Amino acid sequence: MPRKTVVMTNQMITARGLTKTFPAKGHAVEAVRSVDLDVADGELVAFLGPNGAGKSTTLRMLTTLLPPTSGEATVAGCDISRDPAGVRRRIGYVGQGSSGGHTQRVRDELHAQGAFYGLGRRETRVRAEELIESLELGQVANRQVQSLSGGQKRRVDIALGLIHRPELLFLDEPSTGLDPHSRANLWDHIVDLRRANGTTIFLTTHYLDEADQLAERVMVMDHGAVIADDTAWALKESLAGDRVTLTFATAADAASAASRIGGELDGVVVSVTAHGGDRALPSYIRELGDAGLVVEAATHRRPTLDDVFLALTGRSLREEAAAPESAVPDAQPVPA
Amino acid sequence: MNTISPAAAVVDSTERQAASARPTGFAHDTAAVFVRESRPLVRDPFSVVFSLVQPLVFLGLFGPLLVGAAGGDVAGTLQWFVPGILVMVALFGTASTGANLLFEMQTGSHERTLVAPLSRGALLVGRALKDVVPLVIQGTIVVLVAVPFGFGVDAAGLIAGLAVLGVFGVGFGALSYSLALACRNRDWMFWMVHQTLLFPLMILSGMLLPLDDGPEWMRVVAAANPLSYLVGAERALLAGDFGDADVAGGVVAAIATCAVGLAVGVRAMRRAR
Repeated sequence: MPRKTVVMTNQMITARGLTKTFPAKGHAVEAVRSVDLDVADGELVAFLGPNGAGKSTTLRMLTTLLPPTSGEATVAGCDISRDPAGVRRRIGYVGQGSSGGHTQRVRDELHAQGAFYGLGRRETRVRAEELIESLELGQVANRQVQSLSGGQKRRVDIALGLIHRPELLFLDEPSTGLDPHSRANLWDHIVDLRRANGTTIFLTTHYLDEADQLAERVMVMDHGAVIADDTAWALKESLAGDRVTLTFATAADAASAASRIGGELDGVVVSVTAHGGDRALPSYIRELGDAGLVVEAATHRRPTLDDVFLALTGRSLREEAAAPESAVPDAQPVPA
Repeated sequence: MNTISPAAAVVDSTERQAASARPTGFAHDTAAVFVRESRPLVRDPFSVVFSLVQPLVFLGLFGPLLVGAAGGDVAGTLQWFVPGILVMVALFGTASTGANLLFEMQTGSHERTLVAPLSRGALLVGRALKDVVPLVIQGTIVVLVAVPFGFGVDAAGLIAGLAVLGVFGVGFGALSYSLALACRNRDWMFWMVHQTLLFPLMILSGMLLPLDDGPEWMRVVAAANPLSYLVGAERALLAGDFGDADVAGGVVAAIATCAVGLAVGVRAMRRAR
């Protein structure tokens, strides 16, 4: 097998014009439309978007599971089309499903996975025990995968994805379907592993809080395109702004206040979007008080990534997330 | 969730332990897949015995009827019938093996092996080779069960017969995996094709009842069925009759099934997404 030259750069993922089109009933469906991506070594990036936005399809192209219709990408120094084997050796991938065979025992699967990645017998055994220890799988290591809880299965998936110490780990909806406790526990493990190894992590999620709290950078995807790419803080600051709500005694006062400071009027309530809302709030109260308008109640709310998504698309991600799953890989049309 | 904060990497990328995956060859990959597929069998050997229920039912319930209908003696009927049951073991055991792959395609563990740096061909061949193990064990048990009832078996013939069945089983199992890969998430389609083909293949091989007295068209169809040749070869081999002309026919049928099955299966696996 010819060894491809590894590009010496601290860029872990570079994608240009990545496009995937699926044929469906006479017309083509563009699942991913000319996506450009840059992820540096050591970053933790979240791909946020509703089901069917094209997050998983993009991930499946970057992990060599799906050939792109057009465009190119270099992942961990190897071209996804010209050297897929090189990509596969360097990356770890945890898909949406359960990676472990149902009738397989946890430790057996880890040993098989080591062999799949060309690790020696001894090396595999040592590495498997390390992962069983660090992911707290000791109690279930000799049990069949099908007997495990959802959270335990997910930890097995992570362990399988890490057997060969990949430089880059892809996680596709890692915490979907887990209860809040298992989600928090899973994230503790992922964050710990990252702290210890400095692995670059690229994940997809439709959980707003996950993207917000864990990722250093958030890429928002909708209808097959990346529509925003920045830190969660910068996205909220530039796209959403704080929400200030003022309540008055009468509708007439509220209308009068709205004409002075702007914003939306709803009965006795006036809502204003303002940057630095925590500072804006007292100044509004002072200004309106000077004009003889008494503010009865006031709230200030920091924006969420949902507000960002709403500002970008006019839709709420919370409603989308509650919709039935439609983006599971199996449901995709078969590429001809 | 709110106790967790983004953890910046404290390990400098230059000091980080490098990825340890190494390039491997086809033989290594095939062996790795074979070992993985065989492990549940080793952990739970009784699963092999459970799938023997059907052939033993045929042996115990159909066999006596055959003795009565043919009017021959028990030993003579078994001599004709048991080799057919061995082919049945190979046929039924390998025909449904694709269901395991179908299940793994749906849960996600097949996807995990596609992301691993494994040869696509090895993913298919390793699985197909695994199917030989239960086949040989089950075939041996069927013969051992029949011996006390007067079935006479030639040891060298049994070994040769199981080898021929193994070659056939690799090919038929590979076809079953190909069907699974084609069906993807449509279980019903897999089982529909499976059921539609299995019984005609079985009946038109003459493994249960001789086709000599059947209508002409049945004998014509049977002549195109590789299983007919396999059944003939097993009858000769288990009796220790290595020189019989049927042996060559069965060997050719087994090798042809194996070659076609592996070619179709490897192609299907290479195109798997």
